[in-house]
Amino acid sequence: MMRAPLIQRSAMPGLGLSAGITLSMLSLVVLLPVGALLWQGAEFGAANIWDTLNRDRVWAALWLSFRLSFLAAMFNLVFGVLLAWVLVRYSFPGRRLLDAAVDLPFALPTAVAGIALTALYAPNGVLGSLAADAGWKIAYTQWGIFLALVFVGLPFVTRTVQPVIDEIDAEIEEASASLGASRLYTLRNVILPMLAPAALTGFALALARAVGEYGSVIFIAGNIPLRTEIAPLLIVIQLEEYNYGGAAAIGLAMLLISFLMLLVINLIQIWSRRRIGHV
Amino acid sequence: MSDATLHRPAATRPSFRRPTDEAPALRAALILVAVGGLALLVAAPLAAVFAEALAQGWAASIASLGNPDARSAIRLTLLITGIAVPLNAAFGIAAAWLITKFDFRGKAFLITLIDLPFSVSPVVAGLCIVLLFGANSALGGWLVAHGLPVVFAIPGIVLATVFVTFPFVARELIPVMIEQGRAEEEAALTLGASGWRTFRTVTLPNIRWALLYGTLLCTARAMGEFGAVAVVSGKIRGQTATMPITIEMLYNEYLSVAAFSMAALLCGLALITLTLKTVLELRHADSLSANRRH
Repeated sequence: MMRAPLIQRSAMPGLGLSAGITLSMLSLVVLLPVGALLWQGAEFGAANIWDTLNRDRVWAALWLSFRLSFLAAMFNLVFGVLLAWVLVRYSFPGRRLLDAAVDLPFALPTAVAGIALTALYAPNGVLGSLAADAGWKIAYTQWGIFLALVFVGLPFVTRTVQPVIDEIDAEIEEASASLGASRLYTLRNVILPMLAPAALTGFALALARAVGEYGSVIFIAGNIPLRTEIAPLLIVIQLEEYNYGGAAAIGLAMLLISFLMLLVINLIQIWSRRRIGHV
Repeated sequence: MSDATLHRPAATRPSFRRPTDEAPALRAALILVAVGGLALLVAAPLAAVFAEALAQGWAASIASLGNPDARSAIRLTLLITGIAVPLNAAFGIAAAWLITKFDFRGKAFLITLIDLPFSVSPVVAGLCIVLLFGANSALGGWLVAHGLPVVFAIPGIVLATVFVTFPFVARELIPVMIEQGRAEEEAALTLGASGWRTFRTVTLPNIRWALLYGTLLCTARAMGEFGAVAVVSGKIRGQTATMPITIEMLYNEYLSVAAFSMAALLCGLALITLTLKTVLELRHADSLSANRRH
């Protein structure tokens, strides 16, 4: 078979114009800047990159960012599926409002979310003081970072799972029930597997968002080195010291982590699609 | 089963439930968890912003927005949004046209590249722009020498904003344009319409709601972007401090009322965006990409 041509002939106009705009903006905004990061990394050298990364403070920050992002995405996976189920299947007063409220973390600027969560959950805040009475410190600890990451990742799972629940055929559930399955058995063994690929996609998006999140976290984190300092903040600190090589080293590490995560999640999705046999 | 039997008052309702319903107690518990979770995570912070902004009354709040630095920040944010959103809309239309109207090798790769900014941390995005256009780089040095500084100036903030909002419009348009296919455009072209005329009179009416939807998402993010802008802006008061950057500076100076007043203003804009978005989802669901219909 002959190899397909690079571009199939088409009667549609505007190939040159649309390709020109797309490729030049893509290059100017994304490719050249990301290329500059790779270039700076290459110039800085593998040995220097390793020296930058191989410090307790950097390991601690990378590990903290990754671990708390994972936990927050896990929380959002469970809560997001629950929320999607409630919003699609149940009717109750205020459902529409609740549905719109799910998108608020997307619409609200991260800096605003950051100071609002801090004001609320700080030891002198409305909810923070309640928690403090119970001996639970939220703001300026890892709990605070977890809370902020849950906030920014909240809509992803719900929004990917909602349309899938909407499309589930009632007959499948009826068949399961008529074969004697209890409701919980049906939910766990029939419904959940159907939601899994979409839920995992939402989980991956929430995770990727959380690992890179900066604005909502720095206000509530307290930013204590080794304890509550996130990786993106280290980049900002390096830049403030005009240490471009160091900033590029940490930036490359973060880029690598996000790509690895996306790769792993994609593999999980392919696997679950194959196992369950539908998208 | 008819609706009438379902909605009978509890006292007269038969004591059985459909086998495809959850037990009433479980149902109530799930609704309670959903409402309670969103109240603590979303509603409470929103309320906190307005409560803190008005802690010393309306007058103090409004006065803090009237000072020259605050006004400059508001102007700058509107300017940046006004440049970045049309740029992104133009890019989104061009990219969607290229991807849906032509067949070429490497299309999947192109889509991946367009989506790339979603998986890059905003701080890393800002870092990339500093490394390319900063005064210490070859290109940046040349630009500064010719009187066009990018980093610590408006062009850098625009670039950072376009980077973080890059896929928004394209992602809304591509599914809609795939679904609509090419037949209508082909018919118009066969009938002798020019390319532009075909786009304006055939394509644009089909995609206008999806375009508006993507533009709304883009606007909300552009006004509120913090991480990427924080890295490239240099935070010069009255010059390169956008609204979110100003919120950070005021907050760190313990000027709580001023910080939260500006935050409340951004919240107000976010709520307007959210309302418009919800209206679009309810009124024009058919014209939006499939996962926006609910």
